[in-house]
Amino acid sequence: MSDPLHVELGRRYRFAASHRLHSAQLSEMENARIYGKCNNPYGHGHNYTVEVRFSGAIDPDTGMITSLADLDSFVNERVIEAFDHRSLQDEVPAFREAVPTTENLCIEIFQRLKSFPKATLEAVRLEETSNNSFEYAGNHEGMLP
Amino acid sequence: MVYLTRKVEFSASHLYHNPALSAEENRRVFGKCNNPHGHGHNYTLEVTIAGEPDPVTGMVLDLKDLKEILEREIMQRMDHRFLNYEVAELKGQIPTCENVARVIWNLLEPEIPQGRLHRVRLYESADLFADCYRNGAKGAEG
Repeated sequence: MSDPLHVELGRRYRFAASHRLHSAQLSEMENARIYGKCNNPYGHGHNYTVEVRFSGAIDPDTGMITSLADLDSFVNERVIEAFDHRSLQDEVPAFREAVPTTENLCIEIFQRLKSFPKATLEAVRLEETSNNSFEYAGNHEGMLP
Repeated sequence: MVYLTRKVEFSASHLYHNPALSAEENRRVFGKCNNPHGHGHNYTLEVTIAGEPDPVTGMVLDLKDLKEILEREIMQRMDHRFLNYEVAELKGQIPTCENVARVIWNLLEPEIPQGRLHRVRLYESADLFADCYRNGAKGAEG
């Protein structure tokens, strides 16, 4: 019989990174108008908090959807080590073209984590600051613009 | 549809140990959580009820009633308790966040008008939580 309940495990991680919002498709003036302070040519940074939620059957031997050690090492390798104390547009290939807004960063993190072998990625919620957060559940066709 | 969420906090101890595994396997699988003396957490429970506001009272559910249900079913059972030994519903289960969230769901569901319990979210710490939904009922609101 299938489980009547749907259970997800949520885990939060942190990283600090810099970015600059600038689109090659816009003029200097339009970039300055649209992105304001975020278009500063030297960039600026945030302390990001990334919240991930995974679903799956609870293993009766461990009581867990996935081993936290496996999840932590996967997220650390795919996301934290790749982004922490880095410049997103200079050091993350996806942002050579795409603007490193937190919307796009949220999608990029989802793409990096969706192949976790032990559980199904349900959503990524990314806090850029304690006032701004973004959530992506993979319901977006295709990759980054 | 409107979603109403009430939060309560409780403190409890637990340990992870599977008697079917050897002592060495238990230590390997559960790490520090296998300490035989147990350890504790400040749990935060968020219970979300879904519904349309009653046309007369304007409420999805009377918060007073929800507060009493949470006090009776959860706080009295789990607050300042050792989950492995003192919560009958967890007997034979490893009291992980996932399993405790499921037990909480099963305790609350019969107390709440049919089909209205939407989500149980249990934080074991600020960085680790489990969500429980009725299968197929997880809405766009997530």
